[in-house]
Order: sequence, then structure tokens, then C-alpha cells
Amino acid sequence: MSTTLLFEQLLNGLQYGVTLFLMAAGLTLVFGVMGLINLAHGSLYMIGAFACAAVAAATGSFWLGLVASIVAAGFAGVLIEMLVIRRLYDRDHLDQVLATFALILILSEGCRMVFGSFPLYLDTPDFLSGPVTLFGGFQYSAYRLAIILVGGLVALGLYLLITKTRLGIRIRAGEADREMIAALGVNIATLYTIVFAIGAALAGFAGAMMGAIQSVQVGMGEPVLILAFVVIVIGGIGSIKGALIGSILVGVVDTLGRVTLPGFFNLFMDTAAANSVGAALSSMSIYVLMAIILIFKPEGLVSNNA
Amino acid sequence: MKTLKTIMASAVAMSLALGGSAMAEGAKIGMITTLSGGGAGLGVDVRDGFMLAIEQAGRDDVEVVIEDDARKPDLAVQIADKMIQSEKVDILTGIIWSNLAMAVIPSAVAQGKIYVSPNAGPSALAGKGCNANYFNVAWQNDNLHEAMGAYANVAEYTNTFILAPNYPAGQDALNGFKREYRGQLAGEVFTKLGATDYAAEIAQIRDSGADSVFFFLPGGMGIAFMKQYAASGVDLPVMGPAFSFDQGILGAVGDAALGVRNSSQWSKDIDNETNNAFVASFQEKYERLPSLYASQGFDAANLILSALDKADVKDTEAFSAALKEADFKSTRGDFKFGNNNHPIQDIYVREVVKEGDVLTNKILGLALTDHQDAYAEDCPLQ
Repeated sequence: MSTTLLFEQLLNGLQYGVTLFLMAAGLTLVFGVMGLINLAHGSLYMIGAFACAAVAAATGSFWLGLVASIVAAGFAGVLIEMLVIRRLYDRDHLDQVLATFALILILSEGCRMVFGSFPLYLDTPDFLSGPVTLFGGFQYSAYRLAIILVGGLVALGLYLLITKTRLGIRIRAGEADREMIAALGVNIATLYTIVFAIGAALAGFAGAMMGAIQSVQVGMGEPVLILAFVVIVIGGIGSIKGALIGSILVGVVDTLGRVTLPGFFNLFMDTAAANSVGAALSSMSIYVLMAIILIFKPEGLVSNNA
Repeated sequence: MKTLKTIMASAVAMSLALGGSAMAEGAKIGMITTLSGGGAGLGVDVRDGFMLAIEQAGRDDVEVVIEDDARKPDLAVQIADKMIQSEKVDILTGIIWSNLAMAVIPSAVAQGKIYVSPNAGPSALAGKGCNANYFNVAWQNDNLHEAMGAYANVAEYTNTFILAPNYPAGQDALNGFKREYRGQLAGEVFTKLGATDYAAEIAQIRDSGADSVFFFLPGGMGIAFMKQYAASGVDLPVMGPAFSFDQGILGAVGDAALGVRNSSQWSKDIDNETNNAFVASFQEKYERLPSLYASQGFDAANLILSALDKADVKDTEAFSAALKEADFKSTRGDFKFGNNNHPIQDIYVREVVKEGDVLTNKILGLALTDHQDAYAEDCPLQ
């Protein structure tokens, strides 16, 4: 494998990781602050993508679509929190899983009733649609570079929000001891709604950005959701920093696994067999990674209780 | 009054009975197809094409029960059991995906039911595993890929990179392509079924020194791949089976698909009476262009109807013999079954073009004539 190919694959892994981070950040915040397992997070990703595609088709502007995705997913988040999730905080995790799984089915079928069964068209804005030439004459998709950049900015923004603002202090306090901050006069119900809406908006934003290079269709959020859960388990549940490290680790391991494993098995197997064994093992690679990390760090890489 | 009605009804029945060979026994058909989730577009098209044919036949003695398998093999098996045991259907049809087909079909035909596949044609059911009660009215999985392999020779590609998802139809696809293709392979990759990110594979294509790319990625996977491929700056010619460029997908891929060559047993511009009428009536009823899946659903229904005119569905042996005659007007023109109950048919090469604002396919020429699948000789049926 040449150095440029390796470098390109590392960039791909980074880009993939950054997208996972946008999903995982919301998921880990919601779990950390409210102790809630939200399976419907993937549906918010889908809502973001559909909102972006619908608005972009109506107005011709991808950017308006992007704004719409954040607004729509955030608004859906507020509604879901107030109507459904609020009743689940005191229940055990099984009830939460059941209720949010029901939400997946309702939102998916709802989306299908509104937008139909066929994938929607959503394309990247013109000036990002081609490749850019990086050093050494090597070409890379401009849009993917933009995703890495935007993801980095969002991570920085979240870091500042959590560490430097009053809202951030309350969120951290809510994670540490929710009875105490309620006793100190913080409106815990509003805080929960805000946190849930932030998580939802991030998921919707990720959905819109990925929708432009993937396909906008019903059920697009669930595969990403599973990976996002892997990420927060690896990173340490409730930790934004852990989510960032975990998502980049997962992104890079998954990408490199897909590229290198078939070649590795080809060293001692015939090509056809090596391809299927390699493909099968590479789809397991992140779960193997998760298992190894949990053996040495049962609470994840960045533990809140440390 | 009541007596009068009875007399008239029996008179009508008499005239029908005397009028012709029509058995007019009626039948109950169970359709298991994908109507929700990721691959729903394909199932919706098959269903709509199928129901259009039933409606046009105007037979109210044919009842169709439709259920959604959500692309889940376990669910498909449950539905099949329910349809066979409690709803007592005579014929099953509708499955889109080969992994679901493998879960349902062998046990359904073993219970003496007829299965008419409007799509999935896994190789395991075409060779040694063929069955007198199993008919595929679309193709054996390898067929369209074989046609593209033959086309790659004509286009003088000598170093093709090939790509498919890791499931039965994906393996059939790459085997089919390699069966006809004479050049070298720049690379061969299996991706995860349902994967949406192809950056790693596109980087491998760029690095491989290939002169062309062949891929089989049905549904949303193909949309994602084509968009990412177009943005990557790799400008090698792309080819694939019609599944990656059918009518339901083209709109979502956009201009990135323009000029791509793909193989299909059907196209909306095949010029025969049946097809012209089918395209026009489909468009009128559903307000969209039909895809190849819709044509397959339409043909499946017409095949079943043709056999119902000849034999009683309860007499499985006579009915499957009537099916095998394939005495119906296919949207594809010439159509007949080989010994293994899979089609022998022409396969075309098409190009993606723009008609006004709508992306669609136009026939370039024939890729393979009267093509039969490679597994037929292993099938003991005559």
C-alpha cells in the first residue's frame, strides 16, 4: 500500500469519526445528564436529512437546508422530550428502550408517509462538489474535508459550551448530582429539554451533512446509531471528550480494517476467499476493538468517576 | 326478484362454462415484499406492477394478500408460515432480496406451494437446488452481471475494478461478471451489506490503476456510492447492472449518473405493444415512470394469470406445467423458461440519459441474446 493511499484512508477514517462524533456527542450527553438510553437518536439523524433534502429541493439552497435540519431536529427533540421522554426518567432502562424503540418505528413510518418510499435527492453545494488537490498532487473530496473541518469546530464549540458557560456548569452539575442542583433552584426540567434539544440538533446536522453524500432514505439513522453506541461505550458514557476520542478511534479502525484485512488474508488464501473473510472480519473490527478496550478499561477510555 | 337474479347468474355461469376452456377457478396469492425501511422502493414497485396487471385482467376471483417483510429474513419466514398455514394461499410471490428468498422459498415449495419470484434469483435455487414449483420470472442473479462482463469486453476494458456487497446476490454478481469478462481484475472488493460510506473503497479504486469500475450496489448503497464517486475526482468509466441505475434511484443520484452504462432485461423503450401499454398505464395510474422491478411485478402477475386460464391452481402439477409454458405477453417481448424454470431472454445495455428534466435509461444495444444462466445444466428438471 502506497503512502498516499494510507494517508487518504487516514483522512477517510478521520472524516468518518468526526461524523460519528456528532451523533455520539448528543447520545452521551443525554445518557450522562439524564441517565436515559435514547434509541430514537438515529431517527433524529433521519429527520435532519429529510428536512435538509426537502428544504434544499424547495429553495435550491443547500445552506438553507442545513439550517432547516438543525431547526427541525432540534424542534422534534423538544417535542419528543416533552411528550414522551419526560415520563421515562424515573423508569428503568428496559422501559426507556421499549418506548424509544417505538419512537423509531413511529418516526420511520411517519417519514415514509410524508416523503414516500423512494430515496430523496440531496447533493453537495456546487463549490464543494469536486475534489481538491492536496500536497503532492493528491486529490481528495472537498466536501469530506469540509466535514472534518466543521466537525472539529463543533467539537471545539461543545468543549467551550461545557467548560466556559453557565449552561455548561449546570449540565456538568446535572451529571454529578441531579437532586442537589434541583435543590439549588435550577429548573431541572428545562435543563433536560435543552440538553435533549442540543443532542437532537447535532444528530440532525450530522444527518443533513451525510445525507448529501449518502442516500436520504427511511431507516438511514439506525446503522449510525449502533456505531454511536459503540463509540460512547468505548469513550466512557457521559463524556464528550471520550466520545471524541472514541469516534475517531472507531472511524480510523473501521476504515483501515476494510482496506487492509482482505489484503492480509490474501497473503495465505486465494483472492475470493480472502475477500469474503476479510470483509466479514472487517465488519467485526470495531466490536473487537470495543471488547479489548473494555477488558482493560471497563468504564471506557475517559471515565467520569475518575 | 331473488329468483330472477339466481336465474340470470346461473345463465351467465352457464355461458362462461360453455364459452371456452377457461377454468376460472380463482386463486389466492400471497405477496411477501419489502414495503418499509431501506429497500422499500423496490418492493413498492414490484407490488404496484403486480397489482396493475391483476387490475387490468379484471378478475375478481384472484385475491392478493400483501405483507411487508421489512427486509428481515426472520419476519419473511413468519409471514410465509402464516400465509401458508392460516390464510391458505395457493401461490407465493414478491420477495426482493436473495437472503430472504433463501429463507422462505425452499420450505414453501417443500410444502407443495407454488413460488413465482419477481426478483431474487439466487444461484442456489437455479442449479442442483431447482424445484418444479419454483419459477423465476425476472432473471437468475448472475444474468445482468454476465451481460455487463460481455459488454466490458466489447468496450475493450482490460483492467476492471469490481465491487459488491457481501451477501448471496453480491457473490453471484461478481461471479457472473467474471464469467464473461476476459480482461484482468484491478481489484475485487466485498463491502458490508447496507454500508453507506465508500470512501475507503474509492481510494482503493484510485490507487489500483484500473481502467473501469463495475459495481453492484442495489438501493441506497448505489446512490451513496455514485455521489461519493462523483465527488472524489476519480473519472474512470462506471458500469453496473440496472439495479444500481433503476428509475427509483436515478432521481436521488442526480446528474452524477449521466452516461453510465448498465445492463437490463427490460427497459421502458423496448418497443412492443405490451410494453408500450404497460409504461403508459403505469405512468397514468401511479404518476411516475416504471422501473425494471415494476416490469417484473407486472410480468409475474401476467404469468400467473396465464396459467390460471389453463389449469386449476389446486392441481399443483398441472398448474406448474401451465406456468412453465410461459404463455403470456411479457413486457420484454420474447420470453421462455429454461429447464430450471429460470428465463431464457435477451439482455440489453442501456445508457443513463436526460429526457427533459427526468433522468432515465435508453437502450444502446443487445449485450446477450437468448441468454440462459450457467446453473441450468446442474438442474435435474427437464
